[in-house]
Amino acid sequence: MMEIMEGSHAVAEAVKRCRPEVVSAYPITPQTHIVERLAEFVADGEMESDYLTVDSEFSALSACVGASAAGSRVYSSTSSQGLILMAEVCFNASGMRLPIVMSIANRALGAPLSIWNDQQDSIAMRDSGWFQLYAEDVQELVDYHFLSYRVAEDHNILLPGFVCFDGFILSHTYEPVDIPDQETVDAYLPVFDPYQKLDANDPISMGMYATPDYYMEFRYELDRAMERAAGAIEDAGRAFGEHFGREYGSLVEAYRMDDADTALVAMGSICGTVKDAVDEMRDAGRKVGLLKLRSFRPFPQAEVARALDGVAAVAVLDKNISPGMAMKGAVGLEVRDALWKTGIDVYSYVIGLGGRDVRKKDIAAVADLAESGRGDMFYGLREELI
Amino acid sequence: MPLNVGCAARPGRARDNKTGSWRVFRPTVDSETCKKCGLCVLICPEGCIREGNDELPVVDYAYCKGCGLCAEECPAEAIAMEQEEK
Repeated sequence: MMEIMEGSHAVAEAVKRCRPEVVSAYPITPQTHIVERLAEFVADGEMESDYLTVDSEFSALSACVGASAAGSRVYSSTSSQGLILMAEVCFNASGMRLPIVMSIANRALGAPLSIWNDQQDSIAMRDSGWFQLYAEDVQELVDYHFLSYRVAEDHNILLPGFVCFDGFILSHTYEPVDIPDQETVDAYLPVFDPYQKLDANDPISMGMYATPDYYMEFRYELDRAMERAAGAIEDAGRAFGEHFGREYGSLVEAYRMDDADTALVAMGSICGTVKDAVDEMRDAGRKVGLLKLRSFRPFPQAEVARALDGVAAVAVLDKNISPGMAMKGAVGLEVRDALWKTGIDVYSYVIGLGGRDVRKKDIAAVADLAESGRGDMFYGLREELI
Repeated sequence: MPLNVGCAARPGRARDNKTGSWRVFRPTVDSETCKKCGLCVLICPEGCIREGNDELPVVDYAYCKGCGLCAEECPAEAIAMEQEEK
């Protein structure tokens, strides 16, 4: 049944139906409404979870690592500085192969302090060994939680994952959303079956130290698991369609890409604006399409290469900046890598940092720049300030 | 030893967990030079040199850390520390 609901509250409803046994998080704008609502669910007896209040994000994720190692399904959520404070724990969680799922309400990183949206926080955690899905709208955001637990807990994967969504743009927006009933979720997402767990009667330690004779092989296995995760996300996306009627069988989504000469590539809520801009450009006779990335890690390199085969120019909208890198945006770099040796021009446009609005006319202007061979630049700077 | 998922390890005594894997230099005894005095057996801090049947010292490389004390103290200079190849 469709309901009109705030994005954060929709996430809380989804998480409740995932039945995490332990929730630990620390409030930070714009993620706060999620964990506030989960705390209410627990306090009101609607949710049978241990809700651990802690002193920081570092402690929140550390508590999740312990609880996950002890065999519980666990949940956390954070944003921006909170995620960066978790950085050390993130690497430990993936190295210990703990299937934690965490929602990331994407927000700019300070300094200067900004509570508004871009995707710098999760992209800065690119190499942390967590898979990263990006939601376009609140429905995808809800659905990716069920999907992520299913992928993370697969004994052939055993990786933690981020469900990323644009802060305020999705977290604080009311949208019509279908919150599946508990029985449907239970049928899709079985009870957590830990691969191994801490047990006083059969003790183990996890993440034990590895000498130079062993360390590289552990990182190799982590990388292989992430490669396998690509197929696991597709499989879980197809199964999702069978259970819920909404299918996510590909790591990318092509929108009006047939016969396109110019392709825009983006991830997250900006894709909604891009689709409208593409419609207008198509109406004006321009052959423009959108390739939406659902997953940044694992990066769907083969799918991107296939989807962009035959276009003349590619414009990647990067809500992040890697200072000092010639191309500027991290996503653009990966798309260029996917199209290496094809001769297709790929440009990155740093756009919408720190909550700067991105409008349809901006999307069209970026397409113009790509077609005229200008890119790898900030778009939309206020020239009078610099 | 195969890799355990997440580098998980069971607790165990040294009988189970071999501790010589980080050795960089390996003590090797020259049986011609050795005077069979047994000082190395006494001085090894890990207790992993024993006297063999012919009274020559035998090093247990599963536990030897390669500290080099035996080679340093050997009065006959019969023990050489050789670089491990890994």
